[in-house]
Parts: sequence; structure tokens; C-alpha cells
Amino acid sequence: MYTPPTWNNKAVKWFDDRLPIVTLMHKELIVYPAPKNLNYWWNFGSLAGIALVIMVATGIFLAMNYTAHVDYAFNSVERIMRDVNYGWLLRYIHMNGASMFFIVVYIHVFRGLYYGSYKAPREVLWWLGIVIMLLMMASAFMGYVLPWGQMSFWGATVITNLFSAFPVVGESIVTLLWGGFSVANPTLNRFFALHYLFPMILFAVVFIHLWALHAKKSNNPLGIDAKGPNDFIPFHPYYTVKDAFGLGIFLMIFAYFVFFQPNFFGEPDNYIPANPMVTPPHIVPEWYFLPFYAILRSVPDKLGGVLAMFGAILILFILPWLDTSKVRSATFRPIFKWFFWLFLADCFVLGYIGAQGAEEPYVTIGQVATVYYFLHLLVIVPLVGWFEKPRPLPESISAPVTTKA
Amino acid sequence: MAEAENTAPTTGGESSRRDFLIYGTSALAAVGTALAVWPFISSMNPAADTLALASTEVDISAVEDGQAITVVWRGKPVFIRHRTEENIEAARSVDVAELRDPQTDEDRVKEAPWLIMIGVCTHLGCIPLGQKDGDPKGDFGGWFCPCHGSHYDTSGRIRKGPAPLNLPIPPYAFLDDTTVKIG
Repeated sequence: MYTPPTWNNKAVKWFDDRLPIVTLMHKELIVYPAPKNLNYWWNFGSLAGIALVIMVATGIFLAMNYTAHVDYAFNSVERIMRDVNYGWLLRYIHMNGASMFFIVVYIHVFRGLYYGSYKAPREVLWWLGIVIMLLMMASAFMGYVLPWGQMSFWGATVITNLFSAFPVVGESIVTLLWGGFSVANPTLNRFFALHYLFPMILFAVVFIHLWALHAKKSNNPLGIDAKGPNDFIPFHPYYTVKDAFGLGIFLMIFAYFVFFQPNFFGEPDNYIPANPMVTPPHIVPEWYFLPFYAILRSVPDKLGGVLAMFGAILILFILPWLDTSKVRSATFRPIFKWFFWLFLADCFVLGYIGAQGAEEPYVTIGQVATVYYFLHLLVIVPLVGWFEKPRPLPESISAPVTTKA
Repeated sequence: MAEAENTAPTTGGESSRRDFLIYGTSALAAVGTALAVWPFISSMNPAADTLALASTEVDISAVEDGQAITVVWRGKPVFIRHRTEENIEAARSVDVAELRDPQTDEDRVKEAPWLIMIGVCTHLGCIPLGQKDGDPKGDFGGWFCPCHGSHYDTSGRIRKGPAPLNLPIPPYAFLDDTTVKIG
């Protein structure tokens, strides 16, 4: 049980007595018990949080120089790049920050998939993570529209048109999203407003995600419940220092892209101002949407494609019940482990296909990969949990190191 | 922690009257909230000035046989093609029953040589190629969408590829021999 400390400093004591926030931080950030065997894959949650802070910070300052109007948006971004003091730096951090954020979050998600972090009692924590991912995707999509280049415009056109696939209400939804009869000034204006709003909601959901985490504590590489004080260590200094080390590595990679390859993740076409009369010959979304874009295009029916694409993410909500195995960590699941790597490879294949034109052999490969994506989650995961004989689990987190071989 | 207090004596009559009041109040609050949300959502739909930009007049006297022009209407391209005899012949010799979105060529034009339609692919909104001489025109001599490979014929009907519908016809009228009003 947690016993709050007695604060010696009179001012702190006075304040904490009225708003116990110092005690709260002491409880949740300092003495917070974390399993003692967390490996480096557990760094990515805190990295994602830091990436969000970096995005919000650079975004606020970019907004001070950005103009959300079809006649000025493109030029205001160029002005940020050329004339605003350190504008180039802020924009390149924000641009590449989006990619970094997605890399970190995707690793975080696959960490959860490998070690079974979505299983009881962490289902709500997992749901909140999916909500965060959806909010991120919406924010990233709308942010990409703001520079009002060719890819901004046509990306916005194609993605908003997805909603026209829904019967009866589809067209009305699209008009509502556009605020007109095509992607135009009202669309740009509202996307800017929402691009500013969504990260704030994201922030709130991240706190609820952390609340759910702290209620049930972290999963760990062995996937077994931590029992008693011997299995825990305090978050500070053990994991603050481990997270700080990981952060250093992360920032080095981040800085490499910002300073040496700032347009690596971007599309050159987005440096051409938006032209509603000319579609670029090869439209591709940003890399982090490519697997989903591949799923969309693999289904020959318009509505079917849209449903499959959204379904690919929404299906993760029921994953805790699709997985019938009681064992969390893939370390002790000899068959599931291989299917996990196959699933990861499948996602990479989908990403590759998403970047290719709509022609053979890519169409067929994309269809096979799409079928496998759903086959893995809907059939393989439930069946493997049923038939697989897991390896014996250790007694406790401490057992493998304290018992003699 | 204190246990939650037992809020009310649960003698039948009083409790059910209280329940009725709670449900009634909640239902009214829900309806009121829904009504309050309405103007917010409605404000996202096209504004009066956007709707007011809804028509365009075009002089078509300079468009020769076999040529095409693209004009802007409601922020979208409108294709105006002065079709040749062969184009019209090709469009009218098709068995309508075989089409994905069955429509006769006669239903799609007001005057046979002039095909006027919105140049936005019905798949995901790209602009099909085929307006200029050098453009690919697809397998049916009309238009070809480069994004996901939809082919349209000389009447703008979908013939091949993922698009579900023909290129839409905007409302228009010939004001005189050389002027057409779109919208």
C-alpha cells in the first residue's frame, strides 16, 4: 500500500494540503511500482508521449505564422521556411515529428501484440490506445492538408470521398465535411481548426490511457502477473533513467532526419501549389497510411474497400476476445510467435503495395496480403490459442534469476 | 471510504414517482441537447455565399468539332466536349443493358454534339484525362482516370475500372446558340 510522505518544506506542505498534486506525482512518477524486468521495448510509450509534446509545441508556434486560406496557405508555409526566424526548423521538426510519432506508436502497438499486453486485465487500456491511434491518424491527415500543395489537395479529395461510399447518407456527409461542393476554402479552414483541436483531445485520452495503465500496472516481457514487492522496482530512478537513455537515442535519429534528410518522408509534389483542375499522376498517402491504403485498394468494390480499411483498425477492439490463449507473452507461445512475425511481415508487404500503382502483380499481392491480415486476426489467433501448448511459465518474475539452474 | 448512502426510502409509490421524474427530465435534457447541437452541425454545411456561386455562363462558339474545354463550376471542373459524328455514333451503338450504370446517350445530352458533364471521377474524385489531344482516352475513346484506372466512353459512362457510376451531368441550359449556363 502507498503511504504518502510528510512534506518538510512548509510551502509544499501548505500547497499539497489544498491540492494534493505533489503527493500524486510522488505516487505515480517516483515510487510508482514497475515490474523489474521491463526491456527496451517498454520505452516506446514514454517516447510517444514526448513525441506528442514536441508536435504540440512546434505546432503552436507554426500556427502563429500560418494562414488558413486557399490563396495564402501555400505561401505562408513558404514564408515560414524562408523568412520566419527558425521557421524552417520548426516546420521540419513538425513534419518529421509526425513520422517519428507514428514509428514510435507502431512499435508500441506491436510490442503490445507480441507480449499480449491487450489481454485481461488491460483491455480498456488497449481500447484507449486504439482511440489514440485513430485520433493521431485524423490529426495527421488534416495536418497534411494545411500546406495546400498538390498532395494536400488530392489527398484530402480522395480521403473525404471515401465517405461517399456509404449508401444514402454518403453524399451528404461529404458535403458536410467539405462545407461546399468540393475541397475548397471552407474545408481548409475547418481542417485547421480541427487539426488544432484533435491533439488536445489526444492529450486528454493519453492521460486516461495512463490512468488505466496505473490502475493495473505495466505488463512485462514474461507476461505473468508481478507478485509482491520483490517483483517491482520504483519508477524513479530505474525507469526514468532507462527512458531518458532511450530518449537520447530517439532524439539522435529524429535530429538526423530533421537536419540531413528533412524531406525523406515527404512527397515532392506537395511543393507544387494545389491545383483543383489537375490531378497528379501518382497519388500516394504518407507512409504511415500505406498499409491501410493497400487494403482499401485491394477490394474491388468501393464500399467494400472503405469498410475493409476502417475494419482493419476497428477489429483490434475485439482482439482481447479473439485471442483465446491465457498466456500473454509470445515468449512462451511457440506457435503464436511465428504467426506474430508473419503478421508483422504481412503489414510491411501491405505498406509496400500501398506505395505501388494499381497494376499487376501488385494488385494480386495486395489482395493476398489483405486476406491474410484478416485471416490472422479472425481465424489464426483464435485457433492457435486453442491448439497451442504453451511452454511452462516461470513461478514469478524473480524466479528465473533467483532459483538455481 | 464511506459506503454509498441509501438515497431514498424505497416504498413503492414514492420511488416510482421519483423514477418517472428522473426519466422524464433525462429525456427532455437529451432532446434539448440534440436540438442545441443542430446549429453547430448545420454551420458546417455550405454557407449562403458558397451556394450563391452556383452558376456559370460559358461561351462555346469557339469550340470546334472534336474539341473540348474545361470550365470551373462550384470549384469542380466541367467538361464540355463538342463531339464528332463518330463519337456520337460510338456512344449510341452500345447495348445499354450491358452497362454498369445503364443510361442512354440521349438521356445524357440536350443537344447531340454537346456533352456537358462534371469531370470528377465517381470513384474517389480524381480528374480523368482525355480533354486534351495528347491525353490517354482509355479503351473506349472517352476519358481515363489515372488514379485507379477507370475508363469512360464518349458519353462519359463508366465502362471499366473501379468507379461505380457515370460521370454526372450538371444542371444546364442553352441560353442561345453559343451560350450555355451551368447550374
